[in-house]
Amino acid sequence: MMAEVEETQLPGVGVRYDFVTKEGDRVGVLAHRTGRRELLVYDSVDPDACRDVVRLDADDTQTLAELLGTSHVSERLADLQQHIEGLTIDWLPVSATSACAGRTLRESALRTETGVSIVAVVRGNQTIPAPGGDFSLAPGDTAVAVGTPEGIKELFRLLQQG
Amino acid sequence: MVVAAAPAEVALVLTELGLVVLGLGLLARLADRLSLSPIPFYLVAGLVVGRGGLVTLDVSETVVAVGSEIGVVLLLLTLGLEYSSEELGANLRVGLPAGVLDVVANAAPGVLAGLALGWDGRAVVLLGGVTYISSSGVISKVLADLDRLGNRETPSVLSILVMEDLAMAVYLPVVAALLTGGSLLAGLPSVGIALATVALVLFAALRHGGVLSRALLSQSDEALLLGVLGTTLVVAGIAAQLQVSAAVGAFLVGIALGGAVQERASLLVGPLRDLFAAAFFLFFGLQIDPAELVPVAGVAVALALVTAGTKVLTGWWAAKRMGIARPGRLRAGTALIARGEFSIVIAGLGVSAGIEPALGAVAAAYVLVLAIAGPVAARYVPALVTEGVERSRPAPAGH
Repeated sequence: MMAEVEETQLPGVGVRYDFVTKEGDRVGVLAHRTGRRELLVYDSVDPDACRDVVRLDADDTQTLAELLGTSHVSERLADLQQHIEGLTIDWLPVSATSACAGRTLRESALRTETGVSIVAVVRGNQTIPAPGGDFSLAPGDTAVAVGTPEGIKELFRLLQQG
Repeated sequence: MVVAAAPAEVALVLTELGLVVLGLGLLARLADRLSLSPIPFYLVAGLVVGRGGLVTLDVSETVVAVGSEIGVVLLLLTLGLEYSSEELGANLRVGLPAGVLDVVANAAPGVLAGLALGWDGRAVVLLGGVTYISSSGVISKVLADLDRLGNRETPSVLSILVMEDLAMAVYLPVVAALLTGGSLLAGLPSVGIALATVALVLFAALRHGGVLSRALLSQSDEALLLGVLGTTLVVAGIAAQLQVSAAVGAFLVGIALGGAVQERASLLVGPLRDLFAAAFFLFFGLQIDPAELVPVAGVAVALALVTAGTKVLTGWWAAKRMGIARPGRLRAGTALIARGEFSIVIAGLGVSAGIEPALGAVAAAYVLVLAIAGPVAARYVPALVTEGVERSRPAPAGH
């Protein structure tokens, strides 16, 4: 649960954002029009005054944001991965011995067989995004596939032997 | 216009001007060292070297006079540039009650003092303006220096400054019209005309100011600065020609500019304003004989004491309305005490119109007191009072 951030316009100066932490301290950021920032820590006895003001220039702001932000971003990524759990993305080589090599995707009916979608094909140093049904796979291609782990395994087998 | 001045003359003008600017620079340095506003220092310098002063300055007074005119124009331009029209509009809804109290509580002492002195009606109106308007320049510097911009009482202080800014849009044209009228009563019809004109210009500026802003906007700082400066001086000149006062014209240009132009122009004009405003304060001091200060010192100090109190009251009440606790209310109140550049600008209008000889001296003495006492009070009074309150509390048990 994120705390509610209060936004206050300061005419001629900039905007002040502040919120109360879970521990009950009020913390804020004063964004000057000039791009300068002030980090505000409010006093516990006199809640209208700042106990500490840290002046930050553009670089300092970046540094502090990165320090505070890294763990936050990785938490978010972990969250995101949970949402697509059960889905695998993999890079599968197309062998010359495969029955699929030289045939269009529609002819091999790979999606109907395995439930896996080929979302892109890497050929040499070229990437073909979202290949259509008329696209034919060639030996040496790499298919980028998204699907269940079982489906991917099945597709891998088909692309190797056919 | 002198195209080919004699080299010796050029050398003299440059040297004189250089010495004056250097002197002002030293005063600004001293003021900064003492964390005070440089305005009172410039005024004192003007008093010392001017009419009836200790030494008389030999500098061609016309140079300083022209510089001082530009100073007024740039002060008013930056006042207009300080807030965007959205900020003015948004603030009008929230800040109106405190703004009204501010006018009533702080203009009244000036008006009453003027009446008691038996002054001309126009001078009375001007003295009301002198005691009313806080110095937004001094106050924003004090708030920044004391790290109080982030405090929760600061929006109520800024809100009052914005309301004063708006009030100037009405007050300045009224005063300008009154001054051309010859007397308070004779000036009333032209006040109506001036107000209507300003309302029209303001409306056009807020509605179609974007056109002007877009026309002046440029990637190059030079092009932007020269464009804004040129426009302002031309409009100020036309306004002066129409007897609406150059200051009003410059102020309206500032209000009309918005968006990116407003922000960049206020940064670019800032240093120029500091230079020419210094010339303006110096020139104002030059015109006053220090001997004139002696008889009005009592009035000025009494007025300073009363209006320091009424400003504290205004700030206290405004902060209270925003749910600020007692220490914050006191900080808001004391922050507002400082008077400065705009009090001098208002008095300057009267001085150049030649009404009430004592007005300049009273305003100078008044600003000398409050431009120094304001920041000092803002810094020390809240802490002293808080300490006093804590000491008077019974000591906690168990010690």
